Amino acid sequence: MNNNKMRCFLTMLGVIIGVGAVIAMLAIGQGSKDSIKAQISEMGSNMIMIMPGAENRGGVRQSGSDMQTLKPADYEAIRNEATMVQYITPSVNGSGQWVYGNNNYPSSAQGVNTEYLDIRQRKVADGEMFTEEDVRSAAKVCVLGQTLVDNLFPDGTDPIGKVVRFGKIPMTVIGVLEEKGYNTMGQDQDDLALVPYTTVMKRILASDYLQGIQASAVNEDMTQETIEEITEILRRQHKLRDDQDNDFTIRSMQELAEMISSTSSLLTVLLAAVAGISLLVGGIGIMNIMIVSVTERTREIGLRMSIGATGRDIMMQFLIEAIILSVTGGVIGILMGCLATWCISTFAQWPVSISGASVILSFAVCTFIGIVFGFYPAAKASKLDPIEAIRYE
Amino acid sequence: MPKEIIKITDLKRYFKVGDETVKALRGVSFTIYEGEFVTIMGTSGSGKSTLLNTLGCLDTPTSGEYLLDGISVQKMGKNERARIRNRKIGFIFQNYNLLPKTTALENVELPLIYNSSVKAKARAAKAEHCLREVGLGERLYHKSNQMSGGQQQRVAIARALVNDPVIILADEATGNLDTRTSFSILTLFQRLHKEGKTIIFVTHNPELAQYSSRNIMLRDGHIVSDEINTDIKSAEEAYRNLPDDNE
Repeated sequence: MNNNKMRCFLTMLGVIIGVGAVIAMLAIGQGSKDSIKAQISEMGSNMIMIMPGAENRGGVRQSGSDMQTLKPADYEAIRNEATMVQYITPSVNGSGQWVYGNNNYPSSAQGVNTEYLDIRQRKVADGEMFTEEDVRSAAKVCVLGQTLVDNLFPDGTDPIGKVVRFGKIPMTVIGVLEEKGYNTMGQDQDDLALVPYTTVMKRILASDYLQGIQASAVNEDMTQETIEEITEILRRQHKLRDDQDNDFTIRSMQELAEMISSTSSLLTVLLAAVAGISLLVGGIGIMNIMIVSVTERTREIGLRMSIGATGRDIMMQFLIEAIILSVTGGVIGILMGCLATWCISTFAQWPVSISGASVILSFAVCTFIGIVFGFYPAAKASKLDPIEAIRYE
Repeated sequence: MPKEIIKITDLKRYFKVGDETVKALRGVSFTIYEGEFVTIMGTSGSGKSTLLNTLGCLDTPTSGEYLLDGISVQKMGKNERARIRNRKIGFIFQNYNLLPKTTALENVELPLIYNSSVKAKARAAKAEHCLREVGLGERLYHKSNQMSGGQQQRVAIARALVNDPVIILADEATGNLDTRTSFSILTLFQRLHKEGKTIIFVTHNPELAQYSSRNIMLRDGHIVSDEINTDIKSAEEAYRNLPDDNE
């Protein structure tokens, strides 16, 4: 084995690439899963989202009127009746152009009430949030996210008290949200402006319907009960008979988290499977080279047998050689995988996480591959007839 | 009466080649005593290779009995025979069969690896001792491909000696060597014989018969002659009398 360094290296390369790929893929998968989880718990894992329209079944498109089922009255009802809801806000979005002086920026006006900040765990950095009074009066005030501030006030002017326009409607900036940066899905969480929902409904959209209601349960464990409570209230509000389906959809952040993480698990498994195939190819490479090696070393095998090696000794020798090849390849592969992962996290800024389990798993798989693919050549070697083997040219 | 090392009675070995049966050994009997230096001669096809394989426990006879050092061999399984080969027999081949790119020391250690009664730590010392014995004390760490044919054969002899076997089987051990080197190897064999080793030397070269203590001649699977050689020539003398290449 020592005498064929180049050949050994090339043989191991298959395993190295395979293991490296598996490690890197699992690290990427695990990393994205972890960061989604972290982000969701940051957003509030007790968050509940109520959307208009029945749950989408089998991809059937729903008509526009189906989507108009939530009214401010529903929001009021939940607010007044639900016992397990801690915070609740209606949600209506108007998209349009924010303008200040020469600067403009396309974004949206997110119509919410004052509790939005608590549900989303956001804070106002400068100035202040609008008040209940502003909501009641549909005041033309807004709280801007940092991205909007940067784009509308590029010269660094203090935005508080300035009047900006959303479309044609002038609004006074009364606060700036604390910066939060991008989330895992690459959305800019600072690209928003909070406006009283009444303002959005009356002055921007001129609509009587809500696009959604966001709420938070008292605590995470109560989420399911809270959902049931809200469902009950809404069904009563909408006067749905028992045989009618809900005309709204309630999702909890937990569900969402599970959904996203199951998608990303699937992706991870897929990636790892592809990488695993290359590991398999590496294993076949080992088998190939071991068969060549057995043929090449027939004389040596014959000699070893004639000086007292049993078939078992010969088999162990070749099996151990195969395992050394695959395990050495595996160890190098793990190092390469870690290196690749480090490169990905450093240069591509992807969230990664190498788990001990994936390292142990690839190591075990390597040993296994060494045994499986080394077995056939080793068995072949051990069955050679010493008389013929020693005369083999 | 010296100890019987090998005792074969009516040994037969038939091979099936297609529909025909090739009778390589048709009933061979002899006894070899401790301290003998036996030459087994015969032309190719005389059955001497088959005999050697059988004596070396690489092959089992079709019929007949084979006692090696008092142990009946012909009914042994593969693994038992491997063990016997390791402990009782030292093989020397025509083409040396050393491991390539491996030092002399490692080559000689090889049989010890398969001998569980020798501790790993004791291997190197034993191997070194045997290499000194055959006059290669200065070349312990030379690799096999850096040595001449004669030196390689000396390594092979050291390897055959290392497990202290009851018999040394040499298969055309001088066949690949020039006359001078042949005689120096033969000198070594004679020295080992004097030290009390039992040696079987298989060859097709009748000249070598005069240097051993007993000659067995094979033809067509039968023994045609089995004589004690009383007038053993000294290989060392013959070596000295050879014309020097440098002159």
